[in-house]
Amino acid sequence: MNDPITIARNSILAPAGLDDQDLDRLLGLLAGSDLDAADIYFQKSRLQSWVLEDGIIKDGNFSIEQGAGIRAVSGEKTGFAYSDELEYPALAQAAEAARAIARAGRQARVRIGQVPAGRRLYEPIDPLASLPDEDKVELLKRVDAEARRQDPRVKEVSASVVAVHETVLVLSDDGTLAADVRPLIRLNVSVICEDKGRREQGGSGGGARTDLGWLMLEGRALAFAREAVRLALTNLEAEPAPAGSMTVVLGPGWPGVLLHEAIGHGLEGDFNRKGTSAFAGRLGERVAAPGVTVVDDGTLPGRRGSLNMDDEGTPSQHTVLIEDGILRGYMQDRLNARLMGVASTGNGRRESYAHLPMPRMTNTYMLAGTRDPAEIIASVSRGLYAVNFGGGQVDITSGKFVFSTSEAYLIEGGKIGRPVKGATLIGNGPDVLTRVSMIGNDLALDAGVGTCGKEGQSVPVGVGQPTLRIDGLTVGGTGSDASM
Amino acid sequence: MSITSTEDTAERLARLERTIEDLLSEAKRLGATAAEAAVGSSAGLEVGVRLGEVETVEHTRDNGLGITVYFGHRKGSSSTTDLSPDSLRAAVKAACAIAVHTQEDPCAHLADPVLMALDVLDLDLYHPWSIGVEEAIAIAAECEDAARGFDPRIVNSEGASLSAHSGLQVYGNSHGFVGGYPSTRHGISCAVIGEEGDTMQRDYWWTSARAAGDLEPARLVGERAAARTVARLGGRQLATCKAPVLFRAEVATGLVRSLVSAISGGSLYRRASFLLDHLGERIFPEFVRIHEQPHLPRGLSSAPFDGDGVATWAKDLVSEGVLRTYVLDAYSGCRLKLPTTGNAGGVRNLMVDMGERDRAGMLALMGTGLFVTELMGHGVNAVTGDYSRGAAGFWVENGEIQYPVEEITIAGNLKAMFAGLVAVGNDCDFPGSTRTGSWLIDEMTIAGQ
Repeated sequence: MNDPITIARNSILAPAGLDDQDLDRLLGLLAGSDLDAADIYFQKSRLQSWVLEDGIIKDGNFSIEQGAGIRAVSGEKTGFAYSDELEYPALAQAAEAARAIARAGRQARVRIGQVPAGRRLYEPIDPLASLPDEDKVELLKRVDAEARRQDPRVKEVSASVVAVHETVLVLSDDGTLAADVRPLIRLNVSVICEDKGRREQGGSGGGARTDLGWLMLEGRALAFAREAVRLALTNLEAEPAPAGSMTVVLGPGWPGVLLHEAIGHGLEGDFNRKGTSAFAGRLGERVAAPGVTVVDDGTLPGRRGSLNMDDEGTPSQHTVLIEDGILRGYMQDRLNARLMGVASTGNGRRESYAHLPMPRMTNTYMLAGTRDPAEIIASVSRGLYAVNFGGGQVDITSGKFVFSTSEAYLIEGGKIGRPVKGATLIGNGPDVLTRVSMIGNDLALDAGVGTCGKEGQSVPVGVGQPTLRIDGLTVGGTGSDASM
Repeated sequence: MSITSTEDTAERLARLERTIEDLLSEAKRLGATAAEAAVGSSAGLEVGVRLGEVETVEHTRDNGLGITVYFGHRKGSSSTTDLSPDSLRAAVKAACAIAVHTQEDPCAHLADPVLMALDVLDLDLYHPWSIGVEEAIAIAAECEDAARGFDPRIVNSEGASLSAHSGLQVYGNSHGFVGGYPSTRHGISCAVIGEEGDTMQRDYWWTSARAAGDLEPARLVGERAAARTVARLGGRQLATCKAPVLFRAEVATGLVRSLVSAISGGSLYRRASFLLDHLGERIFPEFVRIHEQPHLPRGLSSAPFDGDGVATWAKDLVSEGVLRTYVLDAYSGCRLKLPTTGNAGGVRNLMVDMGERDRAGMLALMGTGLFVTELMGHGVNAVTGDYSRGAAGFWVENGEIQYPVEEITIAGNLKAMFAGLVAVGNDCDFPGSTRTGSWLIDEMTIAGQ
């Protein structure tokens, strides 16, 4: 009963009265000779969240999302339909709608077979049940108290804890049946500090594919509370950020959002197959300084971006994107891999059964170099040290990307100086990593808070990097000192 | 569309209303002192064409229900995509189980019963488009063809798409109010890629309307997408400087959104707004008026009632440059000791009164500065108003566009930017529920080389 396929059959197929014969019949509807690929994606997600605000547990929510998405692919054409009813007639109707993309063909007979259970990057547990509800709300109250006792300038605290239990079952046209049970938890803390009429916000949090007990280990939840307060207090002292092109030192961990925006999206297979990415056709070319190696790795145990298998049933992988500065690979789903004549890299992901899969990142990070981070900062006479970021965005065609700091300091004479206000950094993806001049030995991954949006679909991801020195990145502050 | 119900709209609406009523009685049976629920159901067709070939045909069908139960001043909520009776009963039970652990919040209650929209206005929002797959493909293909044929520098395409959606929304609460209405929304969009030297640029255009007959012609959508893309080719950076900035009408809506966010109840009671305690104060120059028109016939965000069941009404958010009202729902209103403004779920159709200048007139008024046509990233701090975003557009000298610019940022503070609004143009040329012309801001910091 600890096997994902068994769990998926019991929780999704059995309640809808679907047996193997029904699955055979559905596949038969899709497996005409004129289709190149087809699949049925069953999903059941249960989510529970609790919100604390004004010192009280203010709200909670429980939601269930379930359905099946049916896809039929012929050449570059995709037919897609979905249903939130899982009974056979509704699925057969969706299958007919999806396969209308292709010419009517002979119905084929396919028998389902199972994919043997693969590795366990996370256990197939239900994180909603991993802690009594009393303890979940108690955890938020302790987070609130921890934040408030840090400093009298803390005026507002809000905190939330979310647990998701997602079960997916993928039935492919060749009859393979694969399943994954994906726990996901997350804690967020946000505070407002106020001093002499000035107000600033600070936020922190983390999560993983595990049970809620993870938040209690090593005092993690309370550490997130202290971190949120530290950020808000730091920003109360911040002065306007400088404006113009300058040397930027990025801290380890979450600043890896740079990699996600600057190169990650541009290396997704769909954009490269279509030739719409600034990286299209550049495999084997230098796109980064020597020493820069970037990977997308869905195989890290317990990580927010990790997957035992992607949403097409392909095991996730460790894919080298850039090796010692040379562009080595793209991230692929089945459709784009087939059309480009390569194998899927296990990056086919979708937000839900109501969305089509496409190539998406998992955990994207740069491998460590050799430099001591202190040495990197000391090497900069004047520049910006950016250690925390909000979101980013990229135009994959022009290659231009942005990401916005939420904690940054001036570097003056090789020393970390005054904090500066949030500023957007802008650069050119295919070129920014060629300006990496020093790579730290302190690779870190983020705390598990990343959500990536693409074409309206959100999926959880991870990023990471060591401390990096980049020579010449445009910093969008308001400060008048532009000549650095 | 191949997946549509054979029930007519009135029957389906009546069925969803009964669903809501059943849920509310189930909540009462489980001991809730009050409850509210909303259900939505929609179906649609979306087709995508790329390089003249069909790329995707999607049949969408979405259902969703959310319920909130109150036990005195404690509340709990749940939602589900499964509208079967068993699942709905389970949802009510789940919401009640949540409410066991939430705490007393004096503001956790339904909106005042006298405010309910007892008369649900017909705002002319329902115009189903019974378009077949083949016809939808033909229209999308016509759109993309027009874009690809517009200029030899258009070398690639992300494709064109057409969508046709219709849906029903019903809300009810234990005051005895249940109201619902059908609505439709259709659109055509196109994105193409231009090349010059070894650089590429992408841009897009779209049209969106409640009725298919109100959409911009597909050919025009394609041509505008192509024209916008070609105009961006050859972009360069600017040197870091301070200069006036003209926000193209469609990107000026982002400034309006920042305003609305800052005067929204949720931001205010959390003290997370740079416009805290600014009610009745001048935040724009005297010529500025921004008003909400929730009953606009066929309006893209028109609605007869808000997410609390409260009847919506037209109002000025800003007039003579003065902030006239916050944007409140029942809960945030209670927190701020103010009545709701009927804005649970947001604002509906904002109008910025336009000035007399067209695009050329606005460029001439700016003289020398930056004409911003695209913004990137999330660099707006709602608490402080600090603003720093990636930008692309055109450098302007003596009122004339000189060359496209990219890989720059613009930065300032929203409070100063609002106060420094020089003029609003009459060049509103995009679809959407916020109607404004371009905004000229007196000075911002531009970071580049």
